Amino acid sequence: MAVLGIDIGSRTIGVVVLNESGEMISGRVFDSGPRPLERAREIAGDLSQYRHIVATGYGRHGARADFATDLITEIKAHALGASYLFPSCRTVLDIGGQDSKVIRLNEHGRVVDFIMNDRCAAGTGKFLEVMAQSLGLPLEEMVAAAAQSEEKVLLNSMCTVFAESEVVSLLAEGQPVGVVARAVLNSICDRAQNMLSRMGIVPPVVFTGGVAAIPGLPAYFARRAGLPDLLVPTSPQLVGALGAALYGAGIEVKGKATG
Amino acid sequence: MTDYRKMWSDLGMDLEKHDRLTSALPLVYEEVYLQQKDRPQAMEYFDLVVAEIHSLRIAELVEHRRRGGKVCGAFCVFVPVEIVRAAGAIAVGLCGGSQFWIPDGEKVLPRNLCPLIKASLGARLSGTCPYFQSCDLLIGETTCDGKKKAWEVLGEFAPVYVMDLPQMKRPQDLAAWRKEIELFLARMEELTGCRVTPERLAEEIRLQNRLRRALERLYRARKADPVPVSGKDVLLVTQVSFYDDPPRFIEKTEAVAAEAEERIASGRGVFPSGSPRILVTGTPMAIPNWKLHHIIETAGAVVVCEETCTGTRFFEHQVDESGQTLEEQLQALAERYLKINCSCFTPNPGRIDDILRLVEEYRADGVIYYNLQFCHGYAVEYYAVEKALKARGIPVMKVETDYSEEDAGQLRTRVEAFLEMLR
Repeated sequence: MAVLGIDIGSRTIGVVVLNESGEMISGRVFDSGPRPLERAREIAGDLSQYRHIVATGYGRHGARADFATDLITEIKAHALGASYLFPSCRTVLDIGGQDSKVIRLNEHGRVVDFIMNDRCAAGTGKFLEVMAQSLGLPLEEMVAAAAQSEEKVLLNSMCTVFAESEVVSLLAEGQPVGVVARAVLNSICDRAQNMLSRMGIVPPVVFTGGVAAIPGLPAYFARRAGLPDLLVPTSPQLVGALGAALYGAGIEVKGKATG
Repeated sequence: MTDYRKMWSDLGMDLEKHDRLTSALPLVYEEVYLQQKDRPQAMEYFDLVVAEIHSLRIAELVEHRRRGGKVCGAFCVFVPVEIVRAAGAIAVGLCGGSQFWIPDGEKVLPRNLCPLIKASLGARLSGTCPYFQSCDLLIGETTCDGKKKAWEVLGEFAPVYVMDLPQMKRPQDLAAWRKEIELFLARMEELTGCRVTPERLAEEIRLQNRLRRALERLYRARKADPVPVSGKDVLLVTQVSFYDDPPRFIEKTEAVAAEAEERIASGRGVFPSGSPRILVTGTPMAIPNWKLHHIIETAGAVVVCEETCTGTRFFEHQVDESGQTLEEQLQALAERYLKINCSCFTPNPGRIDDILRLVEEYRADGVIYYNLQFCHGYAVEYYAVEKALKARGIPVMKVETDYSEEDAGQLRTRVEAFLEMLR
């Protein structure tokens, strides 16, 4: 029977199904909407088709109380998913809708340390969304506009609310949209790099989460952070769900048996 | 049940606001404490203390004052309560641990200040803490810049006396601290009008040592696997130690310890043997701040020790009882209190030694560094603690938080991920 991994995040719900032999037979991303738990239950559909349903993400406890058979944290899920896709992975950078984290794996793919942002949305996908809105650009275009622009201004505020008013002031001063977009991207990239340095960068680094799915962003980050070998999965948003499904299937590439 | 409203009203409290404060507590207590499985019977007393948190003990304070006695409030484990009591006064701990008091504290203090200070001042300003209202004198100390300056604000609302704690541990600092204790003794005599005699002081030194030993005995039981009593329950006992009547507290704590020891003998625990064992280190947790312990212990791990002011820092080290004269006793008090390894000292290598020793003694699998937001001393000291722990392969994670529940989800994720790492 199949195994379902479901990652219920603040912005999206990722779903991965593994078949009997542990092969991924589907992987999809949905908007969380205003009621993520109900949405997740709906997406899971007919529960009887699954041997295990493993939930992760901030909605994991709700899902476990409702329909999931097991849960793991998003830290473990991203670690499992990333080291399955890239078995040599030693560092995971995950930037999601409302949190960001850096995970250190040992040579066996086991989590040995991690850091995670505190309560605020600084340096997360939410931050980028808010800034893109102020800039009047879709996220994808924001990266392109930034890459083509000069580096002239700095965003000083980490706080999403303050940074937003800074963006508005810069635009009012007459700074071109691309220049301000560049400042926004640099701000989030530098924050991510700062987290990486705090943990100590052990390559290879795998970049996961919704922010890594923004076209052009991983390449921009890799250049700025001086990480030419940055690894990015095809579907960065599904790494958490994949990790959850792998856990349910009892598959860990080279790690110890799951607890 | 007695109606305490008149008592509270006589203490000048804001009854309506107080009702709002106390109405939330039973629900929280039910969820955090009463739903725990297989608690020691002797914890009943501490349940009662919480249920009657603003009534039973307050009635005793009121009665003491009616007979002409004085009540002093303190905010720190450095204040030598032996002196307060030897002068005939009652000492109570006043540190605020509730989010309820934060908005009132922020009326006079910056928002980016430690929640313990904001809550403490908020408790006084809002007139909703009967312990504050019962105090004839508040005793501050200079353990951090936030507190040091907050006393100036608090002084506008109540009489405050400040003890100047040295921030290094050289011989001249010990001499200065001894002098501070002497001045404090004079201030207490002035307040109560009672002379502190060597006999009375010796009695109080012995009593406080007994109280410390009672807590030490209870903590010792936590070294067992399975753990016979939850971290939450022991945290509560420690919190209550700051304002309960000492002889009664000793008796009730020893009852919990005795029950825990019986459980150890029969291999009975409140968590399955092999559950991850966590040492919490860092800033104090004033009642009703049970936030981190609750998250840890509902995630399948158990807190086995607190290297905090509401933990080992409060009860480790006895005061030498051999002093016959006030001179000798003051010296012994100064020496004992200066052994506390608070991050306000520079340098503070003793704290790292303590943490490493406690990890071993309590067989902790990991350390969670608890930092109240904006407590800079402990936040900066994390650097050295983390380095020392990691060098020995001991997993450590720092959490920085306040009294609000808004980050509970993120905290839970981090704690659970930390536990996944330990398993």
